[in-house]
Amino acid sequence: MKATLLWIGVALVVLVLAIAAIAYGAVPIGAHAVIDAIAGRGDPVTVAIVRTLRLPRAVLALLVGAGLGMAGAALQGALRNALAEPYLLGVSGGAAVGAVAAVALGASGPFILPLASFAGAALAIAVALLVARASGGRADPRVLLMAGVIVGAFANAAIMVLLSNAPPNAVRNALWWMMGSVADAGWLTAGWLAVYVALGGALLLWLARDIDILSLGEESAAALGVDAARSSRSIFLIAALLSAATVAAAGLVGFVGLVVPHLVRSLGVRRHRALIAGAALIGAGLVVAADLVARLARPPAELPLGAVTALLGVPFFLVQLRRLS
Amino acid sequence: MIDFDRVVIRYPRAAVAAVNVVSFSAMRGAVTAVVGPNGSGKSTLVRALLKLAPLASGSIAIDGVDLAHLDRRALARRAAVVSQRESLVFPLPVWEYVALGRHPHEDPWAAAPARTDGAIAGALDRAGITALGDRTTDELSGGEWQRVRIARALAQGGEALVLDEPTTFLDIAHEMSMFELFAQLAKDGMAVLLVSHQLNLVARFADTIVLLHRGRVAAAGTPADVMRASVLEEVYEWPLLITRDPAVGAPALLPLRNRGPRSPSQSS
Repeated sequence: MKATLLWIGVALVVLVLAIAAIAYGAVPIGAHAVIDAIAGRGDPVTVAIVRTLRLPRAVLALLVGAGLGMAGAALQGALRNALAEPYLLGVSGGAAVGAVAAVALGASGPFILPLASFAGAALAIAVALLVARASGGRADPRVLLMAGVIVGAFANAAIMVLLSNAPPNAVRNALWWMMGSVADAGWLTAGWLAVYVALGGALLLWLARDIDILSLGEESAAALGVDAARSSRSIFLIAALLSAATVAAAGLVGFVGLVVPHLVRSLGVRRHRALIAGAALIGAGLVVAADLVARLARPPAELPLGAVTALLGVPFFLVQLRRLS
Repeated sequence: MIDFDRVVIRYPRAAVAAVNVVSFSAMRGAVTAVVGPNGSGKSTLVRALLKLAPLASGSIAIDGVDLAHLDRRALARRAAVVSQRESLVFPLPVWEYVALGRHPHEDPWAAAPARTDGAIAGALDRAGITALGDRTTDELSGGEWQRVRIARALAQGGEALVLDEPTTFLDIAHEMSMFELFAQLAKDGMAVLLVSHQLNLVARFADTIVLLHRGRVAAAGTPADVMRASVLEEVYEWPLLITRDPAVGAPALLPLRNRGPRSPSQSS
């Protein structure tokens, strides 16, 4: 009962943040007018601004946060690593390489782009895990992080090579996108991201009990009837799919997957089904709030979304790192 | 009951088999102890029971069913294994942790059925830790944590319990009460298979001892059969004396000072 009330409260906070994100901007709109405009009532200009610009932007931010939050929760549990998250593991970087390569080859539809990202992300996580194993196993969470950072650095270099012949404008766009942004949101992008987030989220919720078991370690997982190697492989692939879709839609938004699961655990959630669901909700709220900060911090300029989440995430990362040792 | 029948296990790239034609049975209602020097193949047998080390030949059967015909979940419902070490990165309430023992019985979408609560409470009770249900795993002492892990294994509901060096980090009182718990679980009808280095406690509490040496059974039988100085000196490569435990009359081992030039060779 207490937990239900808590989560209703959290959902209300996320809703308020989303309405605030729609209300604030170059033309401020009152909260009532926002709700009227979403329903299609009121001043036609306001309706147009809300329905074609701000609402899809807020929806995209919510979806990016939900996807990254769930991917982070699943990765932390399955890897038994409190520092794991798509950006630090190089998964997002791999996804970015896939997306940039697809665009460079002239393919950028709503099907090709996320799939190209997914291919890059899956490859990146496989390489990061192999590098970690080669350098002394996954027992020390910091080894895997180091492997992820190496993979991320390689991904950056690959992107620079891919962009070396591109026109200056394309380079500028690509760099902006690599710092994460939901500014160019449209309903098409929000629509397909919603499909991927729903699909990936449902699969993770289905596997959530296996993640509970995996978080006990390989031998205990085997003792409880879970094939750790096979089960964690599927979880890594789903987390890679979720991260890849968010990268294809909004670029590299780091640290959300790191911070959000810890926030959910601090609310007393332990089992992964509730943890993943809570991470979707809190992740959504966190990214919509970060986008609000990105627009409000230095108007009329906008900060890159990824810069805002990194400014929040890096100190948090350091606190977690200290707790490990 | 767990039956090992001419089991051979070879690790990839290893010259000699880690387990080389080992046969013995862990019966219901009895404590069966597997002992032997480091690297003698004890933990490999446990990994084989978890299907983590494939058999090169031979077979393992649980209650008459070959392991090869059991999938992991079916296996987990019949035999529970408490591995040597386990640490949680994200602490759990004890009750939730023990509830994970019901995982092999759960269908992924089903809500927890009421009898699950009964199974968890029963497991906590049999492990003697009902009072710990509301604590979190990071607040437990070493001995409490081992009991909580055993409770999780009991919650799995099988008739076989396998424990890999369960008392390694425990003080005398916790170690003794742990062995008494194993004896009680065996008396209640479980097949308890125990891997241990504690020869003297094993001699007191086990019904059958299997002594492994370089992957083979060097001796097997009652404590009196196995706890003989000639056998143990040969296997452990250390001079020792067998006396009688003055309290219960079981054979007891006393390692001596090594007067000769011998030192334990690295067989692992």
